[in-house]
Amino acid sequence: MTISGVALLAICTLLGGFLGDLLGVALGVKANVGGVGIAMIFLIAARLWLVRRKLLSHGLKTGVEFWGSFYIPIVVAMAAQQNVVAAAKGGPIVIIAGVGAVAVCFAMVALIGRLSGRVETMDEIEAREAETLAAPVPHFKSGRVA
Amino acid sequence: MTMLAHVLVANSLITAFAAVGILMWISGAISKYFTFGRIHGSAIAIMLGLALAFLGGLFTGGEKGVADLPALTGIGLMGGAMLRDFAIVATAFEVDVVHARKAGLIGAVALGLGTVVPFILGVLVAAAFGYTDAESLTTIGAGAVTYIVGPVTGAAIGASSPVIALSIATGVFKAVIVMIGTPFVAKMIGLDNPRSAMVFGGLMGTVSGVSGGLAATDRRLVPYGALTATFHTGLGCLVAPSILYFAVRAITGG
Repeated sequence: MTISGVALLAICTLLGGFLGDLLGVALGVKANVGGVGIAMIFLIAARLWLVRRKLLSHGLKTGVEFWGSFYIPIVVAMAAQQNVVAAAKGGPIVIIAGVGAVAVCFAMVALIGRLSGRVETMDEIEAREAETLAAPVPHFKSGRVA
Repeated sequence: MTMLAHVLVANSLITAFAAVGILMWISGAISKYFTFGRIHGSAIAIMLGLALAFLGGLFTGGEKGVADLPALTGIGLMGGAMLRDFAIVATAFEVDVVHARKAGLIGAVALGLGTVVPFILGVLVAAAFGYTDAESLTTIGAGAVTYIVGPVTGAAIGASSPVIALSIATGVFKAVIVMIGTPFVAKMIGLDNPRSAMVFGGLMGTVSGVSGGLAATDRRLVPYGALTATFHTGLGCLVAPSILYFAVRAITGG
C-alpha cells in the first residue's frame, strides 16, 4: 500500500523532530538539534529492516520515493519565498561576509577531498551496480530510472 | 477574473504545484535551448525562484517573496519547513549505508570546521566594519554560519536588533550564493561522490543552500549532503552563544 510508505516516512519525520527538540532542551539550546538527520537515520534503519524481512513492497517504496522525487520542486518553492530583498539590502558587510564564508568553505571541500584520496564517483558507483545487477539476469533493463 | 482568482486562492497548494511545475518547464526549456544543457534545469529554476522572490518582495513589501501574493500563498506551504523536511527525510531512502559510514568521521570534521571557520571570517569582517563589542561581533559571526544560528545567538547574548537583522541577511545571502554557485564550482571542488557531498553538507551547513545547490548539481547527492547539513544549525546554535561567544569576549576584553 502506498499509504504505508507515506506513513512510515511521516512517523520517522515526527519521531526525529521530537528527539531533535528533546536533544535541544537537554543541551539548553533553543533549537531543534539534528531532527531531520535523526529522522533520516530512522528511515535508513527501517529500510534495512524491511529489506531483511522481505517486507519492502512496491507500494511502500512508491509512497516514500514520491516524496523524495518531489524534493526539487519543493526547493524551488522554498527559493521563491526567501527574503531576497532584505539580503540584497544588507549592503557590503553582508556581501563580503557571505561571499567570504562560501568561498573559504568551497576551498575546504576541495582540500578535504584531495587530502583524503580518490573515491568512486556517483556515476562509477551506478555503473558498477548496474553491471552486477545486469550480469545474472539476461534481461533488457535500461538501468535505474532517476 | 475574480472567479479565477477565487479558485486560485481557495486551492492555494494546488496553485503552487501548478506554478512551480510551469516554472520548471520554462527552466527546462531555457536549459535545453539557451545553455544547451550545460546549466541544469533545476539550477535555473532555483535562480528564477530567487529572482521572483526579489520581485515579489519589492512588489508586496513583505518578507516571504512571492508567497506574500494572495494567489501564491500556497508556495509558502509547499516550500515551508514542514514539507521541506518531509521531502529531505524521504531522500534518505536512497542513501547507501556503506558509503555514508565511510564518510562518518570526515563528515564530523567538516561539521566542526564548517561552524568555526565561517564564524571567524564573519567576526573579522564585522571587526573590519567597525564593530568592537563582543555581542555584535559574535552575532554577525554566527550569521555567517547560518541564518538561523545568527538570530538565535543574537537573542541569547542580547545583541541589538539591527545587528540581528544584519546576521540574518548574511546567512540568507550565504544560502543564496551556495544555491546558485554550487553547480558552477562542483567540478572544481570534486563534488561528484557521496563522501564529498557529506563534507560539503557539513561545511556549508545551510540546509536550504546545501539541498538547493546539490539538487541543481546532481540530484543523487542530495541525501548525503542533507544528512550532515541538518546537524549544522543545531551545532551552531549550541556553540555560537556559548564557547564561541566566550572566546570572542576573551579576545575583545569586553
